Amino acid sequence: MIPCLNSVFGRLCPPPGALGILSATEPKPLTSTVVRDDESKLVSAAKAGDISAFEELVNRYERKIFRLGMNITQNREDAEDVMQEAFLKSYTNLDRFQGDSRFYTWLVRIAVNEALMKLRKRRPNQVSLDEPLTDGEDPVFREIVDWGPSPEKKFAQTELNTILNGVISELDPIFRVAFLLRDVEGVSTEETAHILGISEAAVKSRLLRARLKLRQKLNKYFRRSETQ
Amino acid sequence: MNCKKVILQLTSYLDGVLDSNMRADLEQHLSRCTDCRLVVDTTRKTIQIFCNSEPVPLPEDVRKRLHTALLERFRRNAKTT
Repeated sequence: MIPCLNSVFGRLCPPPGALGILSATEPKPLTSTVVRDDESKLVSAAKAGDISAFEELVNRYERKIFRLGMNITQNREDAEDVMQEAFLKSYTNLDRFQGDSRFYTWLVRIAVNEALMKLRKRRPNQVSLDEPLTDGEDPVFREIVDWGPSPEKKFAQTELNTILNGVISELDPIFRVAFLLRDVEGVSTEETAHILGISEAAVKSRLLRARLKLRQKLNKYFRRSETQ
Repeated sequence: MNCKKVILQLTSYLDGVLDSNMRADLEQHLSRCTDCRLVVDTTRKTIQIFCNSEPVPLPEDVRKRLHTALLERFRRNAKTT
């Protein structure tokens, strides 16, 4: 059973001013006063010491951050570390969050940095955020094939997941991260640029190359068969 | 518009942020170039397939460890404030 932070911290961390009213023998759940569907209000409340507001942010984004960690590192243990560090660091540094971006964007930025550090530790000489040297090949017109209307239906879900994980893991990390943020997590170009510390033009360039490379890698699985 | 320019504008086109004149030029090219049409179509499907792929589930044990770690951090923070 997962510990319920809300109920636990209803006892441990009463709101400012309430200290001394609650006692260990009289546990009362902390009821946050903020509206739950507004991220900036949750962040403000969390900054003011409302633990349940921070818990709400965790519940809202934990799956997305874990998925992002999995997709970047391709490793479950690393993804777990990435997720934990992202939430712990965001909590510890919440006072430094100025609100000039969405909290989610800030959280993703922390998670991406953690994930890239994991990759660098695993392959210290292979992971760089600089543009890799071109291989001299034009990835676009080398192979042009028709996939048919619903190519993904050729595969069972598990098999499809294996294919997608396989092709994305072959991408250079800088292209992979751009693609994951924009096309999987739905982060805007502007926010992706902010997260990666690059220009919007650079995001678009990386995204184009990522999309074209993935398309090319998927050709062999999705090409229309003669019976289609 | 030629094939190379179509590819350069592909991301903006697929994201729907290409200005209307440029979009019209690009679509005119697509209407007569099978290769570019296939590249645009398969690139669009690439995005859709990843976008619609089954999300990685958050395993219960992983979630439990996250919340335990946060609990510990909150406790420590509460002691120091």
